[in-house]
Amino acid sequence: MSEQLDAGLIAEQIAESDQLSRPSGAHEVGKARRRKEDARLVTGRTTWTDNIQLPGMLYVAFLRSPMAHARITRVDTSAARTRPGVVAVYSGQDFADEQGSLPCAWPVTEDIVIPDHPPMAVEEVRYVGEAVACVVATDRYKAADALEAIEVDYEPLDAVIDMTEALAEGSPKVHETGNKAFTWKFAGGDIDAAFRDAPVVIDRTYVQQRLIPTAMEPRAVVATTDGETFTLYSSTQIPHVLRVMLALTTGIPEHKLRVIAPDVGGGFGSKLQVTAEEVLGLLITRRLGKPVKWTESRTEGNLTVHHGRDQLQRISIAAGRDGLIRGVRVDLLADMGAYLMLVTPGIPILGAFMYNGIYKMDAYDFTCTGVFTTKMPTDAYRGAGRPEATFAIERAMDELAHELGLDPIELRRRNWITHEEFPYTTICGLTYDSGNYEAATDRALALLGYDKLRAEQADRRDRRDPVQLGIGVSTFTEMCGLAPSRVLGSLSYGAGGWEHSSVRMLPTGKVEVVTGTSPHGQGHETAWSQIVADALGVPFDDVSVLHGDTSISHKGMDTYGSRSLVVGGIAVLQACEKVKDKARELAAHMLEASADDIEFAAGTFKVRGTDSGKTIQELALATFAAHDLPDRFEPGLDADATFDPDNFSFPHGTHLCAIEVDTETGATKIRSYVAVDDVGSVVNPLIVEGQVHGGIAQGIAQALFEEAVYDSEGNMLTTTMADYLIPSASDLPDFTTDRTETPATSNPLGVKGVGEAGTIASTPAIVNAIVDALRPYGVHDVRMPCTPERVWRTVIAAGETAWVGPGLAGNTGGTAEGNTAWVGPGLAGDTTDRGEPGTAGDRTDWVGPTAAEGTEAEGGDR
Amino acid sequence: MPRITVTVDGITYQEDVEPRLLLVHLLRDRLGKTGTPIGCDTGNCGACTVMLDGMSVKSCSVLAVQADGNDVVTIEGLAHGNEWHPMQKAFHEEHALQCGYCTPGMIMAAIDLLRDDPDPSEETVREGLEGNLCRCTGYCNIVRAVRRGAREMSQRSMPEQAEQTEREVRTP
Repeated sequence: MSEQLDAGLIAEQIAESDQLSRPSGAHEVGKARRRKEDARLVTGRTTWTDNIQLPGMLYVAFLRSPMAHARITRVDTSAARTRPGVVAVYSGQDFADEQGSLPCAWPVTEDIVIPDHPPMAVEEVRYVGEAVACVVATDRYKAADALEAIEVDYEPLDAVIDMTEALAEGSPKVHETGNKAFTWKFAGGDIDAAFRDAPVVIDRTYVQQRLIPTAMEPRAVVATTDGETFTLYSSTQIPHVLRVMLALTTGIPEHKLRVIAPDVGGGFGSKLQVTAEEVLGLLITRRLGKPVKWTESRTEGNLTVHHGRDQLQRISIAAGRDGLIRGVRVDLLADMGAYLMLVTPGIPILGAFMYNGIYKMDAYDFTCTGVFTTKMPTDAYRGAGRPEATFAIERAMDELAHELGLDPIELRRRNWITHEEFPYTTICGLTYDSGNYEAATDRALALLGYDKLRAEQADRRDRRDPVQLGIGVSTFTEMCGLAPSRVLGSLSYGAGGWEHSSVRMLPTGKVEVVTGTSPHGQGHETAWSQIVADALGVPFDDVSVLHGDTSISHKGMDTYGSRSLVVGGIAVLQACEKVKDKARELAAHMLEASADDIEFAAGTFKVRGTDSGKTIQELALATFAAHDLPDRFEPGLDADATFDPDNFSFPHGTHLCAIEVDTETGATKIRSYVAVDDVGSVVNPLIVEGQVHGGIAQGIAQALFEEAVYDSEGNMLTTTMADYLIPSASDLPDFTTDRTETPATSNPLGVKGVGEAGTIASTPAIVNAIVDALRPYGVHDVRMPCTPERVWRTVIAAGETAWVGPGLAGNTGGTAEGNTAWVGPGLAGDTTDRGEPGTAGDRTDWVGPTAAEGTEAEGGDR
Repeated sequence: MPRITVTVDGITYQEDVEPRLLLVHLLRDRLGKTGTPIGCDTGNCGACTVMLDGMSVKSCSVLAVQADGNDVVTIEGLAHGNEWHPMQKAFHEEHALQCGYCTPGMIMAAIDLLRDDPDPSEETVREGLEGNLCRCTGYCNIVRAVRRGAREMSQRSMPEQAEQTEREVRTP
């Protein structure tokens, strides 16, 4: 298909759409501005939380549970209290009356079980790493030393590790109420009709392994008080949400509590949390009247920063022989860990609306059961529910393509929403406002050299080359820009999705912008400056962006879910519009004209048809003096705006990759990776590209490298960076990135958000490529992370006899010949450690896949 | 308690230190050199990389007493006044940082890498920075920045080299 493609024409179209989407008069928006944030970061003048030193500051160290599940029978802190430099030692009992319970703000069902979650364990521990005591000392070494002198006796209880076993009758219980937190259901269309007599049914089970977000900056907390008010510095993504939640948890009145997120070294969802250490930091400073600091070690972090993913996904697709999808059914087990933290139960639910991906279908059915285990709780991690959904549908689409002998791109083409069909309301009830899957895919195919690689793949298969080539496809969309408050309310989320900004002209003509977003690497100071520079017609360098301190930014919903630009950036723009309205009124007054006759361009308000005008800076100074203002005009050029979107935004894209798989060693090598993303209009292409790069790397990391491993007793085996492998530069290739641009229609900038796209798209692209490479061996799945050992074992398990030959292995025009050699999905597919397709669940009417169906491809599809 | 003398970014300090005190804690907690951050405890992430007598070390894996009598350069000592080091400029120009937490260590490691290879290939840079982890950038722009910084550093040192070559030519 791609040989008919005119790459030049596409590039031209893209360039054209670039121009179209740029607002008229835009000089800064769209420009690859270098970041304002960089100066302090490249010279080491940053304020990380751990850098903060206050007079008389004390250091906190936590003693953490070595047991996954145990009753605490005795804690003796007396010896520790006598150690040099020790100021105080506390156990959970000491805080029992005041520590409250860490909040869960997303009770997804009415009957959800939300167990009490004391910041410091009092009677029982439920995961390794849970805090059981702490030392407060004059320096960090002395605090750590004294931990050794605390004695704790435990009465071991059974660990609960595996979700399926946890739900079985007779399983040991994590909480008295049992191991099920909730079951959440969602459906659209007649799913039974879709599956009844469906010519093809794909039924697969995928394991989303547990991940550790691993922001480079470990968490840190500094808490201080003047006896009446409290200040908490924390390495957090959510100073505003945190303030509300901490006030509710600790009883410190909200107006007496200031929360500051100083420079924050990455988050990826892991700092979207209300943590035990934040609550305890406040309680300790309240008791001692001294500033206290806690900084986690990486090992503490691996144990106790909330984890991500950990789901068991059963997905079934019913389709016709033409490949058209009739329905998708999803049955999900989601590991909550030991407790429900801030948005733990909501994470898999966010994915519920995305298993249909970019495809049209008649019916959809989704069930998710949240399960308690004796592990660290899970919660938001880059993508939060949507990478899981995208992985499952994109993996399953490749399986369907294979069953039908269709090229995976062709299958997607037959099913996706075409660009003429937007806005399109999906089977999940979301209205995708805009998109062009054809354009992004065509561009990606051209950049990858798809057909040439398919030819090479066929050649390697013919030669039975021990190094096979696989091509991975991932076409995705995501719902982001969280979010319309009304929709969040309908999903039982505890907060809204609006964002706030205020913009003020200073007397000298400079501009201060306050934003409720809380950047930690995203470059908001730069991007918001670009938006303001265009809106007010002021120089980029004359704009400062303030954020991350509840005393400065009194109102906000913070940064996560690719929402900052799509919601917060629009609030900035709207505040600018209000400032301009005010300035227009003043200009009219000063120029002795009607406001209707005043036009604004490039920072100057002019009387239409004359040269008579006032710059916005002149107007700002005039309001400072306030000597001659219109009646009832409030001195000052400033305004607040709060934006609550009507819809989510839906970035999309096509990611393709080519991977060489050495079948003798299991080693995989990414030969090329192409990402064509459509994130709508772009404020700063440099920042967008950076976000895509980082996202791709993080998605690849899940596919190839990372897994948080617990043993059968609930001990974590991946407590250091030597065990939990985040990729280094030598593990990754260069990425080829490009964009198509279909502006969002849901906001005036046409932007869609870019923070999570790369992570959502890349994981299935990688695994699809590896499986594609191994098709001739009868392989239908490799469990993530696809380490060399796991790939090698999969090949070995498939066995030499499983070689099914190039004719069948390819996705391109397979025929029914050679059926006898085929290793059906029941044998080779889904050989996961946990999932057993066909045996899970109680659906006696389940239409299982059969080997015969899989190879009866229709001829002439291409 | 041992007394050590160490020069950090051009200033000489005499400090009494516990033998177990890590160099990175001396820098951060005692000398206020917080430009060098800590990302792990196992020497894996490289965020704390500094120069010790001209060679890059991970300061979480060096004891303060081991730096006795030595010269330490941190990210804070790279710029000359307001003139950034070419590698600092290159990281800015190529958008090679997002949250910036790995950046100090990454820049120090990159400069060290160029001692062995002043004009490294992409592959050399990727392998040379294996001990420095970044979670934000996917490394593409870091690799570009290091190569850009290398070019700018070699251009800057070219006049000196030319001078040297001239001298060598004259010597016989």
